[in-house]
Amino acid sequence: MSRIKDLQKNLFGGTTSNARQFGMIFTLVAIVLLFQIWTDGLTLTSGNLIAVVSQYSYILILAIGMLMVIVAGHIDLSVGSVAAFTGIVVAKAMQEFSLPWPVGILLGLAVGALIGAWQGFWVAYVGVPAFIVTLAGMLLFRGGNQYIGNADTVPVSEGFRTIGAGFLPEVGPDTGYNNLTLLLGLAACAGVIWRELKSRQTRREMNADVAPMWISVLRMAVMVGVIVFATLRFAGGRVGTSLPISGIILIVLVLAYSHYTRNTIGGRHIYAVGGNSRAAELSGVKLRRVNFLVMMNMSVLAALAGMIFVARSSASGPQDGLSWELDAIAAVFIGGAAVSGGLGTISGSIVGGLVMALLNNGLQLEGVGSDMVQIIKGLVLLLAVAFDVYNKSQGRFSIIGSLMRPFRRDDPPPPTDRPSPASDAGKAPVAG
Amino acid sequence: MTSAPVLLEMRSITKTFPGVTALSDVNLEVRQGEIHAICGENGAGKSTLMKVLSGVHPHGTYTGDIVYQGEQVRFSDIRASEQAGIVIIHQELALVPGMSITENIFLGNEPRGRFGIDWKAAQRRALELMEQVGLQEDPDTLVKDIGVGKQQLVEIAKAFAKDVKLLILDEPTAALNEADSRHLLDLLRGIRGRGVTSIIISHKLNEIEAVADTITILRDGRTIESLDVKADGVNEDRIVRGMVGRELHSRFPEHTPKIGEVFFEVRDWTVRHPISADRLVCKGSSFTVRRGEIVGFAGLMGAGRTELAMSLFGRSYGVYLSGQIFKDGEEVRLRTVSDAIAHGLAYVSEDRKAIGLNLLDDIKTSMVAAKLSKVAHHGVIDPVREYRYAEEYRQSLRVKTPNVDEGVTKLSGGNQQKVVLAKWMFTDPDLLILDEPTRGIDVGAKYEIYGIIQRLADQGKGVIVISSELPELIGLCDRIYTVFEGTVTGEVSRAEADPELLMKQMTSTKKTPIR
Repeated sequence: MSRIKDLQKNLFGGTTSNARQFGMIFTLVAIVLLFQIWTDGLTLTSGNLIAVVSQYSYILILAIGMLMVIVAGHIDLSVGSVAAFTGIVVAKAMQEFSLPWPVGILLGLAVGALIGAWQGFWVAYVGVPAFIVTLAGMLLFRGGNQYIGNADTVPVSEGFRTIGAGFLPEVGPDTGYNNLTLLLGLAACAGVIWRELKSRQTRREMNADVAPMWISVLRMAVMVGVIVFATLRFAGGRVGTSLPISGIILIVLVLAYSHYTRNTIGGRHIYAVGGNSRAAELSGVKLRRVNFLVMMNMSVLAALAGMIFVARSSASGPQDGLSWELDAIAAVFIGGAAVSGGLGTISGSIVGGLVMALLNNGLQLEGVGSDMVQIIKGLVLLLAVAFDVYNKSQGRFSIIGSLMRPFRRDDPPPPTDRPSPASDAGKAPVAG
Repeated sequence: MTSAPVLLEMRSITKTFPGVTALSDVNLEVRQGEIHAICGENGAGKSTLMKVLSGVHPHGTYTGDIVYQGEQVRFSDIRASEQAGIVIIHQELALVPGMSITENIFLGNEPRGRFGIDWKAAQRRALELMEQVGLQEDPDTLVKDIGVGKQQLVEIAKAFAKDVKLLILDEPTAALNEADSRHLLDLLRGIRGRGVTSIIISHKLNEIEAVADTITILRDGRTIESLDVKADGVNEDRIVRGMVGRELHSRFPEHTPKIGEVFFEVRDWTVRHPISADRLVCKGSSFTVRRGEIVGFAGLMGAGRTELAMSLFGRSYGVYLSGQIFKDGEEVRLRTVSDAIAHGLAYVSEDRKAIGLNLLDDIKTSMVAAKLSKVAHHGVIDPVREYRYAEEYRQSLRVKTPNVDEGVTKLSGGNQQKVVLAKWMFTDPDLLILDEPTRGIDVGAKYEIYGIIQRLADQGKGVIVISSELPELIGLCDRIYTVFEGTVTGEVSRAEADPELLMKQMTSTKKTPIR
């Protein structure tokens, strides 16, 4: 292995599959810097960052569910309609029966679960392709929204609006910042450091090569730096603002679902089903149950996203959630998921979603019309996936590796003259 | 033979991939009108060499010269080599299942008429070609409706349609039964008589010995030797010696079975086809397995051995109609794969790439996939435990990989098979059903797999081996059942097992089926 490759592996914490993710983080940083310069520093102001989070959090929440659906080898086109349908049901129920808003939220989640069970039933137990089931769902629930709401808007109560437009309260001494956001930032820093140390510990227990301490320190320093910067920005906005509640919901979901997909049996089963469903089945994975739960989970998250959107715009309307499915699907694919299933990560999808969000935001700040914004977003999606397809056709790819190839010194040693068949551990699988 | 002019000469071909040298200074000389076999273990460079020849690895990506029909050639892609009359038929056939035989034969090479394709001419020509390769079918039959053997013939007819001069066959008989293989080899002899030269890559050494004129042996990306079959008096052992670089005294490890009592029994197992309701794939099959015993299942392709195994394994094939399974004297009902795993069954499928492995996984993920609960705590997977188990199996099964984080696709066939075996050993089974455990695996790795199977039996597990290679069953198994048309037709002990007897029982129903 070349030293460069080792370094890359150490710095970005991972296996070979995340070259794409690294590329996306790179792109994200580039986009932020580009717009920061272009907009004369407007992009990274407190006000704009807060706006971005509250404006795109529901798309990112959808991307979480969509990632799991796509990894399992399906697709969900109905999320926008499901979100709109849930929104109108909740708004209408709270208006007609004057339900308290927490009950409204529970009702919304229940509606999402019910819709998800319906779609999951057709996909998992009847075997209708998810594309068709959710295409039907897209029409069904869009119609349902307009039927229930009489194609009209229905306002929601003040309390309900917190989940979409709310901020953390101001407590404690006057520091000039939002104190709760500062605390969250502190917790995040501690979390990052703890995770790094724990992963070193794990690698040591595996007798694997542990990266030199300075690399860990560097990595922690970068991440802590980013967190501190973000914390100060989010905490330092207009008085009364902070990291939005919807952003907090998003972060909790990202952490929970990342853990689930990466570290649990259930999560691994989703990847197994998407990678090779027959092999998964013959390994004892309950195929139908996995498919059912993945589809159901998507609709629950869509319901949540719908409610957050309604809360933010303070009313539910017939046009809610239009073409959300496309944004969510785009985020997942930009974030490195495979069209054929079995590959992709939550964090990748979030990065993909952020790329789209910041692109959108930056172009809007510049006063670029929505026509051009759509054209640019379309091209970004196409190029990101084309890049991936190209990489696959070229074998494994690494950006740094390809940049550094001319400088690599430690080429593999030439094969020895007569290796015995038992000792050729490095034998290539390229032929035979 | 040696007097024939040289058709093809590949001189000091060297091909490297990032990090590995796949071919190093390889030479190959093929004479006009001969059948030239290329032998070597998996990873020896056979396929790479053929890819260089056929332009899959275009000129410029390798060093060395190719001289064909007396001229130096530089193929930029497959089309270029096909135009020169070199056609390669891969192990995975390149046919479109939903198209007819005629359409497939002329795919990409359609005879043009005044208005698009001249189907009349195509039909006529297809019939001629089909006769040449001995394929008796209606040319309008869809390719998916004919067997693998006949599909292979369609491929060859397709090559003839392109006016082939040099035909390359990569593992042509790997998926064929004995009769189809024989037909194919006869056909090769036939086309040799007509001046078509062929290169054949095969692991089936007996076939090579029977059909080849010249054999070139590759090992670790190098040419080891070229043998003239008649002049050098080549036999299988001679080829094996060239391939592995040493004499294999026996193809099976020494083993003294320690057989215990019967612990697994199947009675009157009857299963119907998943789609056609009146077709029974298993008809009243009954058999027993003892602890520490290796039991073979012999049968022709399509006899229902795989169907039997998979239907036992949590009813993962067909529709269960009747029959009982007893384990340790008690009847068990295995309705799902997880039931089967929980009751100590393991099934290693015959097609490890299609249904045995998730090819996106790395080695350690694959090894623990069938019993994740063993490495998890409250549903959360412990990476350290996972790693340790995987490492343990890597060492005990001698999987050739630098570490268990590698993707399974980076392994050669034999090592992939070891990963699949590890995956099922990890579930702590009492009974392992191994379906074609050595298919597509080279001689050295086979020997190791046999050793693993024997070790499993010695631990008191029962092992069922399904194989289409009779010598393998006879060499490995303590007892062999024969299967014909979904029914167990006979039982032969190790002492009395011989190919003729088995073949007789594999092709006739001596026992009357229950239904």
